[in-house]
Amino acid sequence: MKLVIINYGSGNLHSVHKAIEAVNNNLENPYEIIVTNTPSEILNADKLVLPGVGAFQDCKNAIHKIDGLFECLEQVVIGEKKAFMGICVGMQLLAEKSLEFGECEGFGWIPGEVIKIEAPADYKIPHMGWNEVTFRNHELLNNISQNTDFYFVHSYYFRTQKNENCIATTKYPNSITAAVLKENIFGTQFHPEKSHNNGKQIITNFLEWEPS
Amino acid sequence: MLKKRIIPCLDVDRGRVVKGVNFVDLIDAGDPVEQAKIYNSEGADELCFLDITASSDDRETLFEVVKKTAENCFIPLTVGGGVRTIDDISRLLHHGADKVSINTAAVENIDLVAKAAKKYGSSTIVIAVDAKKNGDKSWNIFTHGGRKPTDIDALEYCIEVANLGAGEILLTSMDRDGTKIGFDNELLSTVSSSIDIPVIASGGVGKLAHFAEGVLEGGASALLAASIFHFGEYSIKDVKTYLAEQNIAVRI
Repeated sequence: MKLVIINYGSGNLHSVHKAIEAVNNNLENPYEIIVTNTPSEILNADKLVLPGVGAFQDCKNAIHKIDGLFECLEQVVIGEKKAFMGICVGMQLLAEKSLEFGECEGFGWIPGEVIKIEAPADYKIPHMGWNEVTFRNHELLNNISQNTDFYFVHSYYFRTQKNENCIATTKYPNSITAAVLKENIFGTQFHPEKSHNNGKQIITNFLEWEPS
Repeated sequence: MLKKRIIPCLDVDRGRVVKGVNFVDLIDAGDPVEQAKIYNSEGADELCFLDITASSDDRETLFEVVKKTAENCFIPLTVGGGVRTIDDISRLLHHGADKVSINTAAVENIDLVAKAAKKYGSSTIVIAVDAKKNGDKSWNIFTHGGRKPTDIDALEYCIEVANLGAGEILLTSMDRDGTKIGFDNELLSTVSSSIDIPVIASGGVGKLAHFAEGVLEGGASALLAASIFHFGEYSIKDVKTYLAEQNIAVRI
């Protein structure tokens, strides 16, 4: 089984890779982990991870700069329904559009849009640090307690159009989407790769996940 | 609720920890990776490395240290010291740093802040500010590790870098650094109340009450400390337990 981490120059690529590798080493049947942007390798993936930090538009442009990358992502994730996890901006990209630095189109895989966090004046933006996550029961959140802290860094968030696609939230002080899910597509606003043991648990759950 | 972060800071010289914890079971107390692992398991919310290597020839060692730390510690790692160019930032991030802190280079070339924030995202760019009091509610910044004075007003500078896209300010009081008499909470609150981005308090912490004061009086989002942890006076857990008792939200 092959797990592909998409390399399009994202700043957190190394951290994501190392965290997945650490978890993978403890699995009975570890994946072959491949960090790549080569379409032919992505087409052979059994699972995909899309990291992402920085501005939405920059990440989107970086993906589209690589010839054929988006098209083969779409084929594997939408066409063949392979398990996918997006992290931070890698999750926000799943939306139809983002309003960060003007309007920018996303992948459109999950209905909704990425908008600025609205918080009272005494709340710092970016929303940076460890915050509690509450979630709907799902195997991707196995062995995680309600109100567990995860590490967030963001100024925008994914407001899903449908409640059913938002499976976890945090409060700052208003409710913010912490994780999204649609069929085989999973995404976290927080950084599992930086969320210590609980983050590793999320990665374990994703590696063991077999979306029906 | 968003937690107040506790961040131990390690001074690293040519790949070795300068002021280190005397943990008994540590095989190599000078190894930053070993130290980082312990802080990671003790519940530190983030880690900070300050590279104080003087010669640029010796800086390669830092990249190895960052790489190994990132392979072993799954919490955010900020690296600063001697960061001067976009290329420096890029190399640190590539080796596994999550954030890069810039000090002197941002003062000398303010454009670097906007360029770095645009390229890597605001959340990746920490601006380190060394400030010294020069009058009533007025502080000037120093560069070159606190050796070189400037006539730049600390508050105005922090507002400027925040507007340019800095993600956080690491604010060190030079008056308090090493004194153990507490953070300069007046400096912290003056800056924190004037900008939207988080402020990390640094310099002067000597006892548990100082951590609480940094939050309650200084308005800090995170608290950085070096020697109080390194000399084993208090553990991360001691600090967090104390703050929780004061009704300050921390990750336990």
